[in-house]
Amino acid sequence: MRGVLAALFWLCSLLPVLAEQVIADLNQNQVAITATFDGSEIFVFGAVRRDAPVPAGAGPLQVLVSIVGPEGPIDVRRKEQVAGIWINADTVEIDSAPYFYAMATTAPLREVISHTEQMRQRIGLEHLVKLIDAPADVADTPAFREALMRVRSREGLYEELVGAVTLRDETLFDVSVRLPANLVEGDYRARVVLTRDLEVVDSVEQTIAVRRSGFEDWVYTLAMDKPLIYGLLSLAIALFLGWAAASVFRYVRS
Amino acid sequence: MQLYLPIAEVSVNMFLLLGLGGGVGVLSGLFGVGGGFLLTPLLIFIGIPPAVAVATQAPQIAGLSLSGTLAHLRRRTVDLRMGTVLLSGGLVGSATGVWVFRLLTELGQVDLLVSLAYVIFLGVVGGLMFWESVGALRRSKGGTVVVKPRKRHGWVHGLPLKMRFRASHLYISAIPPFVIGLLVGVLSAIMGVGGGFIIVPAMIYILGMPTAVVIGTSLFQIIFVTGFTTLLHATQTYSVDAVLALLLLVGGVVGAQIGAQIAVKLRAEQLRILLAAMVLLVCAKLGYDLIVEPSELYSLGRIAL
Repeated sequence: MRGVLAALFWLCSLLPVLAEQVIADLNQNQVAITATFDGSEIFVFGAVRRDAPVPAGAGPLQVLVSIVGPEGPIDVRRKEQVAGIWINADTVEIDSAPYFYAMATTAPLREVISHTEQMRQRIGLEHLVKLIDAPADVADTPAFREALMRVRSREGLYEELVGAVTLRDETLFDVSVRLPANLVEGDYRARVVLTRDLEVVDSVEQTIAVRRSGFEDWVYTLAMDKPLIYGLLSLAIALFLGWAAASVFRYVRS
Repeated sequence: MQLYLPIAEVSVNMFLLLGLGGGVGVLSGLFGVGGGFLLTPLLIFIGIPPAVAVATQAPQIAGLSLSGTLAHLRRRTVDLRMGTVLLSGGLVGSATGVWVFRLLTELGQVDLLVSLAYVIFLGVVGGLMFWESVGALRRSKGGTVVVKPRKRHGWVHGLPLKMRFRASHLYISAIPPFVIGLLVGVLSAIMGVGGGFIIVPAMIYILGMPTAVVIGTSLFQIIFVTGFTTLLHATQTYSVDAVLALLLLVGGVVGAQIGAQIAVKLRAEQLRILLAAMVLLVCAKLGYDLIVEPSELYSLGRIAL
């Protein structure tokens, strides 16, 4: 990670002098999902490096921090009443949606970044949750996209933390983002964006590797890669326990 | 203590699972029913995905049934030959059940299948149990006991492929037990139950087996059918959560022993009404959820990353 940062500095030195650069780091780049995993706190912090004084009349510096979990397609289903009972009727596949999304800012989003910049930088759920080919035979397909965002927000997987980033003297900033217990494996991208007058000044990105670990990893990998062995093993342990219990209780009684 | 279940992918309190397994185990020891039909809905209520709840019951029930079968084998109350015919039907049924389960999972209708199967079977079984226990209470109060003579020769005896079942004192066609085994195998795969609550009455009333060997034979065949179901679910639907199964099993074996001890001391007739009421309550809750408009009409499929 240090190496990456150093390379970044070197790259920056080649570029024409930028007025402001962001230097950021995380408290951890790896999250292990273990048997007792109960969520994790990601602390994002950093500083702004300034080679020249801020021009007079420029607006205040703003910081935007986002953490985006693994992206992929997902089916969203809608229930309908058929013969008195509610059953899944229409299905729409959302082409791409992040599993996790958290965005923290120093101020309300519209005071931080402009619409155009937001689109260019792919910031915000509206640019990350994509429904490209909606099936023609399903009514009101945008509602499926809305529903995905609503359901994930309720599960604590999509979060917007307005004003959560603290910025001191336009130089030091930090924010704490909580990753919930129901995480999935994958690479989570943490990004810090500096803006001034709604325009992006600089940004950096780091990866947080979320992985199952230890026993959890072993069980999951076995179940997915060698399901027959996993099934036999589960069964053998269950039968052994049943047999052991019977023997123990017989012994206790006699 | 929160525990992250590797296949269910949810974090659940460990003691809640032990308690659930134990509570249902007490009931099963008390009434001699497997308890799978109560445990699966309870697991769904606490947030385990229905597919995982159903598939995980299979190894759980296999372990519990082995525990019971060993006791019956010592008492020689298992008709091994009848059990083998039943379980050969059960294996075919289980394969069919898992196939249907997988198909409906792909169509996003597996939750509906599980709920509907439960509403129907819990309704019927709970209703019958309630009816019978009310009748039993009335009889014990009135003091007159009416024993209906069991028919020894029904339509079952007219079918071909006759086999001799010595332990059951029967000489009947192998087709009815095979078909019964098959139907129960299907239920086992899609409901996560052993099926004792169906196979036991079927053995008594349809096959005419003596009551003494019924429970042991039922438990014996359940081990094989649920064992096979475990392997099928593990390889076809990838929904067996070994950690969940073990926790439930530990609670279950202890609970079952406690239940069996209580059963010796208590008159079970009043309690049986209670069990029937509980079964009907779970049925009503599942049925209610199907009929009433859900607060969220949309649901997400399984993620494929």
